[in-house]
Amino acid sequence: MKRYSDLEYLRLSKGQRFANKLAAFFTGIPGAIGRFFIKIGLAIKNGFMALVNEIKDILSTFIHGDWKTKTSFVIMGFGNLTRGQILRGLLFMLFEAVFIIYMVTTGGYWLSMLPSLGKVGPTSEYNAVLDTYVTAYNDNSFKILLYGVLTIFFIVAFIYTWVVNVKQNKLAEQFLKSGKKLKSDKDDLRSMVDEQFYKTLLALPMTGILVFTVMPIVFMILVAFTNYDGAHNGFSNNLFTWVGLDNFNTLLSWKGGAGGGQSYSATFGEILTWTLIWAFLATFTNYFLGMFVAMMINKKGIRLKKMWRTILVMTVAIPQFISLLYVSKMFARNGLINLSLQSLGWIKEPLPFWEDPTWARITVIVINIWVGIPYLMLITTGILMNIPADLYESARIDGANAWQQYRKITLPYMLFITGPYLLTSFTGNMNNFNVIYLLTGGAPTNPAASGAAGSVGYTDLLITWLFKITTGAESQYYLASVVGIMVFVVVALISLVVYNVLPSIKNEEDYQ
Amino acid sequence: MEQKRHMGLKTLNRVSNTAIYILLIIISVVWLIPFVFILLQSFRVESTYQVGYVIPHEWGWQNYLNLWNSDFKRWYLNTFIIALASAVLITIIQLCMSYTLSRFRFKMRAGLMRFMLILGMFPGMLTMIILYRVLSDLGLTQANAVPGLILVGVASSGMGYYVSKGFFDTIPKSLDEAARVDGATRFQVLYKIILPLSKPIVIYTILTAFMGPWGDYVFARYVAFGTSAGYNVAVGMYSWLTNDQIARMYTTFCAGGVIVALPVTILFLCLQKYYVEGVTGGAVKG
Repeated sequence: MKRYSDLEYLRLSKGQRFANKLAAFFTGIPGAIGRFFIKIGLAIKNGFMALVNEIKDILSTFIHGDWKTKTSFVIMGFGNLTRGQILRGLLFMLFEAVFIIYMVTTGGYWLSMLPSLGKVGPTSEYNAVLDTYVTAYNDNSFKILLYGVLTIFFIVAFIYTWVVNVKQNKLAEQFLKSGKKLKSDKDDLRSMVDEQFYKTLLALPMTGILVFTVMPIVFMILVAFTNYDGAHNGFSNNLFTWVGLDNFNTLLSWKGGAGGGQSYSATFGEILTWTLIWAFLATFTNYFLGMFVAMMINKKGIRLKKMWRTILVMTVAIPQFISLLYVSKMFARNGLINLSLQSLGWIKEPLPFWEDPTWARITVIVINIWVGIPYLMLITTGILMNIPADLYESARIDGANAWQQYRKITLPYMLFITGPYLLTSFTGNMNNFNVIYLLTGGAPTNPAASGAAGSVGYTDLLITWLFKITTGAESQYYLASVVGIMVFVVVALISLVVYNVLPSIKNEEDYQ
Repeated sequence: MEQKRHMGLKTLNRVSNTAIYILLIIISVVWLIPFVFILLQSFRVESTYQVGYVIPHEWGWQNYLNLWNSDFKRWYLNTFIIALASAVLITIIQLCMSYTLSRFRFKMRAGLMRFMLILGMFPGMLTMIILYRVLSDLGLTQANAVPGLILVGVASSGMGYYVSKGFFDTIPKSLDEAARVDGATRFQVLYKIILPLSKPIVIYTILTAFMGPWGDYVFARYVAFGTSAGYNVAVGMYSWLTNDQIARMYTTFCAGGVIVALPVTILFLCLQKYYVEGVTGGAVKG
C-alpha cells in the first residue's frame, strides 16, 4: 500500500481514494488484531483488579461492620430489616430463601449432571403388573443442558444480589453514623416511578429478552459442542454429550460427506458465496431502483403523486406469504406465465424459471426487486425531499445536467444518510428467509451437495439451509448450531469492516 | 436564440415527463397485476388448478364456500387472536424499551444497546429448536400453539426498539425538564407529556405489530407442525400449495388470499400516513 501526503491524496480520484482506504483497512488488520488482544489483556487485568478491590471491600465491610451488617452476610436483608427498610429486607430474604430451596431440591442435580449431560439413557424394564417390558426414561440431556444453564444464570444473579446486599449494609451504616436518614419504604416505592423509573420500565422487556433470546442463544451455542441430533435426542432414544470442536471440524474439513457427496466445507462455501452475492444484489438493486422510482414520482410537474405512492405502498400491506407464494406458482413449470406463453405459441417448452440454477437465481433477484421497491421508495422519498433545493439550483446555473446533479448531489447525500440502513439491509437480506423459502424453497436441488445435511439447492441461503438441517430427516441440531454461529461470525465481520470503512468515506463526500 | 433555447428546454421537459408517466403506468400495472389476478382467479369455478388465462370462463362463489367449509375459519381466528394480542402487548413493551433508552441516562445504557445489537446478529431461527422444546414442555404447542406464539413473539419484541426510539429522540428534552422542575415524577412526564405527543409512533407500532403475525410462517409452522387446529393462515394456506394439493386447492388459495389481504390492506391504507412517518422517520436513523 502506498502512503500519500495530504496534497497527493487530494489529487486522487474518488475511486483511488476508496481503494486506498480499503487497502489501509486491510493492511491495518494485523495491527488492529494486536491492539484488540492488548485491549482484551488490559480488560482482563482491569477486571481482575476490580474483582480484588471488590473482595477487599467486602472483607473490610465484614471486619469493620456492626453485628447487623455481619449477620447480613449470612442472612441477606437482615440489616435492612433491623434498620427499618422492611420492604427491601423482605425482598432480599425471599430471594435467598428461593435460591436455597431451588439449589437444594433441583439446582444441585442439574449442575452436577452438566459435565456429562446425563449418564443413564432410557432402559427397558420388566413391569410385573402389565407383564411386559416398558421403557423407563432416566436422564434427559436436553433438560440437563437447559436447566444447567439456567442454574448458572441463577447463581450469577444470586452472587450479584448478595454483593448488592453487602454494599447496602455498608452504605446504611455510614449514613446512620453521619446522622442522615435512610430511605423509607415509601421513598423506595416513589423512586420506582421517578429516579429509578427506568428500572420499572425495563424490567418486563428485559426479562423477556433474557428468557426468550439470550438463554436460547447461549443454549444453542453450547449445542454446537454436543452431538444433539434426531438420533441423540437426549431423551427417548440416546443421550447426547459433549464432543468438543468435532462439529466445527466436520463443517470446515475437506473430507467427503456421507453418501459420496462433496464435503461439508465445499457445500458451506457454495452456499456462503451465493448468500453474499444475493445479499449484495438484493440490497443494491432495491436501493437504486427504489430511489429511481422515488425520484420519478418526486419530479416537479408530475401529477397524482399521492396516487402513484399509494399504489406501491398498498403492496407492502399484503402479507408476503400470499404474494410470494402466488408469484412463485405464477412462474412454475405449469404456471400462468408458461401456460399463457405456450398458448400464445411464443414458446414450445416451458421456461425453466425454477428448474435451472441460473434462471432460478435471476428470477429470485428480480422478484425481490418487486418486493422491495415500494419500501425503498417510501424511505428514500422523505430523504430526497430534504435535500436543499438551492443545491440543485446552483448546479443548474453552473450547467450541470441531470446525471451530473445525481452523481454529485443526490447520490452522496443519500449514501451519507442511508449508510447505516444499507448495512442493516445487507445483513437482513443475508437472513432473508421468507423470500427464498416461499419462492423456491431452495430449489433447484444441487445434486453434488446431496451428501450434506438436508437437500441443498442452488438458491438456498445459509439461513434456509439451517432450517432444512433442523427439519430434515436426521435433524442435525448440532450442525444447525454451527451454521448459525458461522452466520453470526460473517455478519459481525461485515458489520465491523463497514463500520470502520464507512465513516471515513462519509467524511470525504463534499456537500458544497 | 434565447427564445429558442427556452422552447427546447420546455419540449425536453415535456418529453421526459411523458416518459416518466409511461414508466409509472407500467410500474403500477406490474405491481398490481398479481393482486388483480388473485382476485379474478378466486372467482373461477370451471377448474381448480392453474390455467393459462386470467379471466374466468365461469364466475361464482364456489371457492369462498370451500373456504367456509375448511379449517380456514379456525386458522383465521387463530391469526386474528395472535395479531390482536401482539398489537397490544408488543406496543407496550416496545414503547417502554424505546422511551427508556431515549430518555434515561443510566450506567448500563450504552452496554445494553451494544449487547442487543450483537444479539441481533444471531439468526433468530437458531433459537427455534429450544423454544419449541420449552413451549412443548409448557404444553403450548400443536393445538395450543396460539398462546405459545403470542408468548414468544411478545417476549423478544423489546429488541425492535429502534424505530420508536428514533421518534422519541426528536421530542425536545426541554419539555421533560420543564415538567420535572414543576415537580412532576418521571412517570407523570411519560404519562402526561410524552404519550400525548407520541400518537403517530404509537399507531405505527400497533399497526406493524398487528400486521406481523399475518405473514408469520416459519416459527408458526415449527410450533403447530402437523396439527391443523394450531395453524395460522400462512401455515395453513402454504399446505394448499404443496405438489399433491395444488391441483385441487389453487383457486381456494386465491380466495383465501383475498380474505386475508383485504382487511389488512384496508386498515393499512387508512393508517398509511402514520406508517410512512414511522418508516421515513425512524427506520433510517435506527
